[in-house]
Amino acid sequence: MSELVLMKNFAHPDSAGIDHYEKTGGYLGLKKALKDFSPDQVIDTVKTSNLRGRGGAGFPTGVKWSFVPKDDDKPHYLCCNADEGEPGTFKDRLLMERDPHQVIEGMIIAAYAIKAPVAYIYIRGEYGLSIEKISQAIKAAHKKGYLGQNILNSGFSHDIYVHIGAGAYICGEETALLESIEGRRAQPKLKPPFPAVAGLYECPTVINNVETFACVSHIFSRGVEWFTSIGPEDAPGPRLFGLSGQLKNPGVYELPMGISLGELVNNYGGGPLKGKFKAVIPGGVSAPMIPLAGLDVKMNFADLAAADSMLGSAAVIALDETASIPAVARRITEFFSHESCGKCAPCREGLPWASKILNRIESGKGLPGDPQQLEFLCGGIFGNSFCALGDGAAWALRATLKHFRHEYDALITQKTIPVCDRTSA
Amino acid sequence: MTAKTTRQSIVEDLSEPIAEIVKRYPKRRSAIMPALYLAQEKYGCIDETTYQAISQILDVPEIWVFELASFYTLYNRKEIGKYHLQLCTNVPCMLRGTYDLMEHLQSRLGIKNGETSKDGLFTLTAVECIGSCDVAPAMMINQSYHNNLSKEQLDKILDGLSQAENVL
Repeated sequence: MSELVLMKNFAHPDSAGIDHYEKTGGYLGLKKALKDFSPDQVIDTVKTSNLRGRGGAGFPTGVKWSFVPKDDDKPHYLCCNADEGEPGTFKDRLLMERDPHQVIEGMIIAAYAIKAPVAYIYIRGEYGLSIEKISQAIKAAHKKGYLGQNILNSGFSHDIYVHIGAGAYICGEETALLESIEGRRAQPKLKPPFPAVAGLYECPTVINNVETFACVSHIFSRGVEWFTSIGPEDAPGPRLFGLSGQLKNPGVYELPMGISLGELVNNYGGGPLKGKFKAVIPGGVSAPMIPLAGLDVKMNFADLAAADSMLGSAAVIALDETASIPAVARRITEFFSHESCGKCAPCREGLPWASKILNRIESGKGLPGDPQQLEFLCGGIFGNSFCALGDGAAWALRATLKHFRHEYDALITQKTIPVCDRTSA
Repeated sequence: MTAKTTRQSIVEDLSEPIAEIVKRYPKRRSAIMPALYLAQEKYGCIDETTYQAISQILDVPEIWVFELASFYTLYNRKEIGKYHLQLCTNVPCMLRGTYDLMEHLQSRLGIKNGETSKDGLFTLTAVECIGSCDVAPAMMINQSYHNNLSKEQLDKILDGLSQAENVL
């Protein structure tokens, strides 16, 4: 894509300031939405744009908003999920640090659509600069009349508060995030009821990702037709891809979805650090890795699902030929084991068990039945855990066993020390 | 937490700022997380006395405070060093050599992951992804990020911090 949308201000020295944002078309979308659209028309517009959530699941944003009841007497809430924690993902941090107003603007438009007087933006505690920039942006938006009472004489009033997370990956799960704002341990809740019906404080609530809100701003400032002209029909609009791992040019790249994974890591990522790529994780560590032979897969929801993986947060982690798959699998499993909230047994008990086996294999003490035991554990976790954390962990581990069983076998039978192990990475 | 801090002194210190926070939420329970942060910022770490004080200020059961303090990893329930080295060890950093850096830090500081140096200056913690994967390996020292790290750079950073301490 020749024109940058989400990242267009990133290089400007005052990219986070409201003056620069307004100069480059900022808050035009909000003005249009409040003046020319009813709340229902805003929802219909987002539906027509076919914007799909940028956090992980890719659910259609407008459809999510339309689930909020129209004629109830409860207050409605809006939440922005800025608890970016999926390893490999850093795009939301950049959006908040470098151009926070496009996120704020999108949130105000969404709040108008679902008639929410109050919104919370849940930012992970490690992101000090994001917290600072978003807080400054909220203040600046208040001063200009984009937030507060009777916004731009529309009769709509809205306030946004920052809620700071405290180190729990599980808060990225929307019901866990709501529990956290309510002042409880972040443990996912049973759905239904979905948050749109009974969410924050048991009231109708919409939760969207940072990048999703940024897209909303642009849909209203530039129109649905413009938005749908970018990328494939079932996954339109600009998308931020975060490239990391063993490739030459890590960084964030704004591109339409539908680009092939191979093109992404070779043409944009600059190719492998050493030799050839061995595998690439396409959407954060819970997305099963794709081996070299499969890199022609297109980076959109449907194609990656068909390849038995997912687009997730579009966090692309490349592994070159020096990477040890069992070591990477061990690290991924340890992560999920550490972040398990402890609510359900398959995840809480299964993941530490799998970690133990993976550590054993990596240190050359693996037993002949270990790969089968790992398969068995994955089968017990996948589909049986309370939320997507356990499923993702089992799914990611299974892919390593499926594609790289020979590496496990070599470690177990020949005690071969992987090239990329704990000490000689 | 200093020996002089009592429940009453914490209540006196934090009642006003916590009252401000409560206004943002329809329920007081939501203010526990921000209140714990306030206490941690002021006293360095949090303990039972803190939970009791927050429970008193917000008029919520003490267990509500403790269950959050013990669930979320960014709350420090024991004293940590002046400089908290939080080295990311997740996959993108691992693929860029963070385990070497961890070994280097452990041997240079003479402490293991999770420990604090004898002079109380440095605490070393292996942490999960801190969202700096494009500039891996990455580490946070307290709230500030340090990216694209090598052993040499780590030495430079630590030398700088140690020197600053000697001057003080």
